[in-house]
Amino acid sequence: MIMKFTKFALKNLFRKPVTRDYPNVKNEFCERTRGSVTINIEDCIYCGSCQRKCPSGAITVDRNARTWTIDRMGCVQCENCINNCPKKCLHMDKHYTTPDFTKTVDTFEGPPAPPKPAMDPEKLAALKAAAAAKKAAAQKEAQKSEE
Amino acid sequence: MGNRTIVPFGPQHPVLPEPIHLDLVLEDEKVIEAIPKIGYIHRGLESLAKKRDFNDYVYVVERTCGICSFMHGMGYVESVERIFDVEIPDRAKYLRTIWAEMSRIHSHLLWLGLLADAFGFEALFYQCWRMREQILDMFEESTGGRVIFSVNKIGGVLKDMPHEMLLKFVNNLNGMEKELRALTDVFLNDYTVQSRLRGVGILTKEQAVTLGAVGPMMRASGIELDTRKLGYAAYGDLSFDIITSKDCDSYARCEVRIGEIFQAFDIIRQAVSKIPEGELITPVKGNPPVGEAFMRVEQPRGEAIYYSRSDGSKFLERMRIRTPTFANLSPLLETLKNAELADVPLLILTIDPCISCTER
Ligand code: SF4
Ligand code: SF4
Repeated sequence: MIMKFTKFALKNLFRKPVTRDYPNVKNEFCERTRGSVTINIEDCIYCGSCQRKCPSGAITVDRNARTWTIDRMGCVQCENCINNCPKKCLHMDKHYTTPDFTKTVDTFEGPPAPPKPAMDPEKLAALKAAAAAKKAAAQKEAQKSEE
Repeated sequence: MGNRTIVPFGPQHPVLPEPIHLDLVLEDEKVIEAIPKIGYIHRGLESLAKKRDFNDYVYVVERTCGICSFMHGMGYVESVERIFDVEIPDRAKYLRTIWAEMSRIHSHLLWLGLLADAFGFEALFYQCWRMREQILDMFEESTGGRVIFSVNKIGGVLKDMPHEMLLKFVNNLNGMEKELRALTDVFLNDYTVQSRLRGVGILTKEQAVTLGAVGPMMRASGIELDTRKLGYAAYGDLSFDIITSKDCDSYARCEVRIGEIFQAFDIIRQAVSKIPEGELITPVKGNPPVGEAFMRVEQPRGEAIYYSRSDGSKFLERMRIRTPTFANLSPLLETLKNAELADVPLLILTIDPCISCTER
């Protein structure tokens, strides 16, 4: 009954160390490891869905400046933004955010917005005519109601 | 009557992983009374329910606690599923059961380690935590997180475990089980361990009932009650006994928890052999209807209750968790009465306190 642990203690003397000899031997991440969120900014449409879905409010999307910002220390790696991105442009990187003395905020800047395609002159004339007709009709209506 | 002194215990104390404060009224070395004070790590997670979409709130609930995080998520999700009145796919139920039981193993191993630490058996502590690491590795492989899993979603689960992965896990667990038998043998039969646990912290069956003990604390006092028997998730399809002990002391609590570890191995094996193929999630559309629901979950520490009330908007009107540690606090105060000062750390540990849960 006494000293049940002795067996363990003796075994331990000859066992390989349980811990890894870091940094000589690096940890291998699993396929599903949730490390840090990265963005493929070219595909982002700045819809802001990720910002709304983030439970810790770590993401800020600026549609006008075309930037996507993440507060690395605020992110809790829940993958909710990734699951809700309509363009599937977010994904999880396996590497953790490196420790830091200051709160890391990463900003990704997207390419400038593609210029809006110029409108067909004929279509434009048609649109203008339609608008003028509408205005005239409204005026007539107003006159009628005044009478 | 000897001299009475009041010794403050905690919130910072080597034996406490989390902050709780007790004022111990001592007469010489005997504790006459213990006056608890909680509230050091209140984070207001419950009130966040009013500010986060009910879907995103899962990720908040999970962070109630770092040890039973999976079951917190599961309890909340199942309570909202009851409001929606959706039936989740069978595969999701089984996956939830497997993850929940893995959480139980890891939680109890953590507790065994802390217990060993509390009575000063450092080497045993390291052995327990070494084993626990294997479970954490399995969690990382299957969910991507070691502590917080983020796999629950209203209507099902987000990630699948392929068949090979399940078999590999069962293999790992079988390997672990052998080693664990030898390790738990130390807890159950070693002279030094017994001298610290036997007869310490008696909580009789009547006291357990009147004070409302839950979980292994209650079962160690001989009460046969386990919320898993209600058959939530896939527990209804699996066969298992309720593990109890009649000794009512710290040793009995240790015994019950060790029994539950091996039972969890068995439940996982059963679940893996029975798990059906199929969908992972039943899509749930729109906001929850007006209504309320209760969900009771057997956590490693005991029964937790989740209450959700919806007013039809995307924010829940109220979300409440009754955690097992909170229920176990008054039994703890009972066991502390007339205890030796040197046994106090050990007694606090035998309820397996999780203060983060308690204060949310
Ligand atoms: S959800 Fe996706 S597309 Fe929308 S702003 Fe975020 S990253 Fe861009
Ligand atoms: S992973 Fe979660 S916490 Fe992190 S940015 Fe995405 S939604 Fe926010």
